[in-house]
Amino acid sequence: MGKRIIISLTLALFLYISLPFVMDFTPADKLAPLSEQYARDGVREVGAQNLVTAVIVTYRGLDTLGEIAVLFIATAGIGFILSRGNTTKGQKRESSRILQTGVRVLLPLILMFGVYIFINGHLTPGGGFQGGVVIATGILVFLLVHPRGKIHSLILQVLESISGFGYVFLGLLGIFLAGGFLDNSILPLGQAGQLFSAGAIPIIYSLIGLKVGSELVNIIKYLKQ
Amino acid sequence: MQLVTALGFILVIIGIWGMLTRKNMIKIVIGFSLIDTGIHIIMVSIGYIKGRTAPIINEAVDRTNAAMEIVDPIPSVLVLTAIVIGLAVTALMLVYVTRLYKHKNSLNIDDYGELKW
Repeated sequence: MGKRIIISLTLALFLYISLPFVMDFTPADKLAPLSEQYARDGVREVGAQNLVTAVIVTYRGLDTLGEIAVLFIATAGIGFILSRGNTTKGQKRESSRILQTGVRVLLPLILMFGVYIFINGHLTPGGGFQGGVVIATGILVFLLVHPRGKIHSLILQVLESISGFGYVFLGLLGIFLAGGFLDNSILPLGQAGQLFSAGAIPIIYSLIGLKVGSELVNIIKYLKQ
Repeated sequence: MQLVTALGFILVIIGIWGMLTRKNMIKIVIGFSLIDTGIHIIMVSIGYIKGRTAPIINEAVDRTNAAMEIVDPIPSVLVLTAIVIGLAVTALMLVYVTRLYKHKNSLNIDDYGELKW
């Protein structure tokens, strides 16, 4: 009984804290000064149409590097914890004919859609992280339908390492060839709206997308055992 | 009163209640994921300005006057990073649940009392 009272008190306290925020919240009617500067100079300085991509990859590129490190540490931790202990040999039943044919049609489409999302990260909504997750979803569908399927572990490791290394290498190139670390004008900015514009943003985002996709497939592979 | 912000806070409160009262370990992880989603909704709803469009400057937005026509892009950036970190933490929590289940074959958190004082 005492535990229930404490729980209801905690919830009531949280309600009391959040109620003034919800009641008196009036949304702004003009942009904050920093966002206004991004809107005004973003396309000219960075060359990307998608302002969210421009902020993530160039203005706040260092935070994205930290985020990639967080994903890598999570994958390493999962691999370490799941690698000890015996693998259970369960009954692996083959799926029905409909599922197998469906996967054979869907898997190339899903992979192509994921690659499209992260290649066009600077023009349309989306980007590296979203595209990588879509790619991993495609591989997950494949593993659900063919439970005895194997994914080559060496290819995944090489892909992930090269993507991470390439991202840091492009950032270091920015120091020597352009303004600073992770500056994207090491390649010509081009005309905004074209596919090959915005300097190194498509390359950086493609590397991020490949890295996220291969890490998530690695997690799925560890969880399969 | 903003409806989306209120819904975000309701999600957070439901998540906290779920984490505190449920005994099944998977339900505790689901409660954590609800708290995460609620906070993301609150953060995105702060950047919204009424009547404006997404922060992508293509033919639909007048380029010279873009600051008058787009929604704030910065909360979306923060939420993008937060979603990835929420994914990493949820994945690690689920892996811990899997290993604990293999050890004692029970999903009830009352059976794992060895670390309690």
